[in-house]
Amino acid sequence: MVQKPIVTADEAVKLIKEGDAVMVGGFLGCGSPTGLIAALEKRGTGKMTLICNDCAMYNPKTGEMNGVAPLVAKKRFSTAVISHIGTNPEIQRQMNEGETDVQLVPQGTLAERIRAAGAGLGGVLTPTGLGTEVQDGKKVVEVDGAKFLLEKALSGDVALIRAKKADKSGNCVYDKSGRNFNPLMAMACGTVIVEADEIVEIGELDPEVVVTPSVFVTHLVQGRK
Amino acid sequence: MEYVANKENIAKRIARFFKNGDVVNLGIGLPTLVGNYVPEGVELILQSENGFMGLGPAPEPGKEDPMLVNAGGMPVSILPGGCYFDSAMSFAIIRGGHIAATVLGVLEVDQEGNLANYKIPGKMVPGMGGAMDLTVGAKTVFAATQHFDAKGSSKLLRRCKLPLTAAAQVDYVVTDVGLFQVKDGAFVLKEYFKPYTVDYILEKTDADIVVDKDCKEVDLA
Repeated sequence: MVQKPIVTADEAVKLIKEGDAVMVGGFLGCGSPTGLIAALEKRGTGKMTLICNDCAMYNPKTGEMNGVAPLVAKKRFSTAVISHIGTNPEIQRQMNEGETDVQLVPQGTLAERIRAAGAGLGGVLTPTGLGTEVQDGKKVVEVDGAKFLLEKALSGDVALIRAKKADKSGNCVYDKSGRNFNPLMAMACGTVIVEADEIVEIGELDPEVVVTPSVFVTHLVQGRK
Repeated sequence: MEYVANKENIAKRIARFFKNGDVVNLGIGLPTLVGNYVPEGVELILQSENGFMGLGPAPEPGKEDPMLVNAGGMPVSILPGGCYFDSAMSFAIIRGGHIAATVLGVLEVDQEGNLANYKIPGKMVPGMGGAMDLTVGAKTVFAATQHFDAKGSSKLLRRCKLPLTAAAQVDYVVTDVGLFQVKDGAFVLKEYFKPYTVDYILEKTDADIVVDKDCKEVDLA
């Protein structure tokens, strides 16, 4: 099995270009690739699109933040495609003042749009959002008498993924509720950088338990100890 | 009669709906309290939309695992028989009708079964998260809310004014004054909770209420 390049976090984020759509795994910071996020924060781009479940947590009183919140604080993105921003007042401020274009997407729809892109589908038909603002501007499709919204597939340029273990070919397993959007985003981008807590030799992962097949992964980064 | 908000009574009444083995998703906040009042002999299987089922209680201090959190980001545990999955699987379970019930918080709920709970334009825009999928997908949708907001206005309305989370999906509204079923464009009052009366509820609620023929008083104390 061919090995994937193992690079540092700083080298990895150089693969991200200004204007790219970047998918970042994690749910309120759980399962986020913290080393890659720190490297991207240093990188200094400002016009990227963030695709993520949430903008993670930020407490303005204590300054504490997790997940992608440091990237939000440094305004690394001009657009965010997100399901939930309630735990980060800074992104709410940026949205209200027109500094960042925030596109809110129902969480299940976001997951399925990303999966669809990775699976070569044009989109999905979902009942979620019918009769709400989410329906605005979208096509309603009737199938056997039931109505659905047509939600288009959502791909990105680069995915930043956090795995528990990856073998050197790129097969990945995840850690508890840290799995969330990671395996989906790994399917939907041309460049897929996996920050693994542990990188093991090919053959060490049981093929029965691999969650992300190596075919999706382009680069590996050793996670922070 | 003076209104006294009572979240525990809302949670207690909703908990009595569930059967042993029901797979349920409880929203963050008031809905989470429902788990504390599940009757003896009933085991709920809790689904957590961030990617697992078999949600268990918070671990003892010092035993938290940062990789195991609920949909509010708080440390939790997983019970024997639980399992992890990705977000697409999580919402396939939710949207695909595999969840018996969801309990969600409320900004406004109306007699058509419309729910608004994710946005106050210009003021509070947390985003819908998983609420839109849960409302559409769960077999039974419980809206759990105090009967009145901080200003004393009825949270049950004829028509929601805020942007909707979902249209015509709410089955039951449980407040701290009574239990209502949403049916044929009205709130059907099934139970009123001691010390409130039917007259009080009819007078103070800003919506069309039909009093069920079997409507009864229930003491949740």
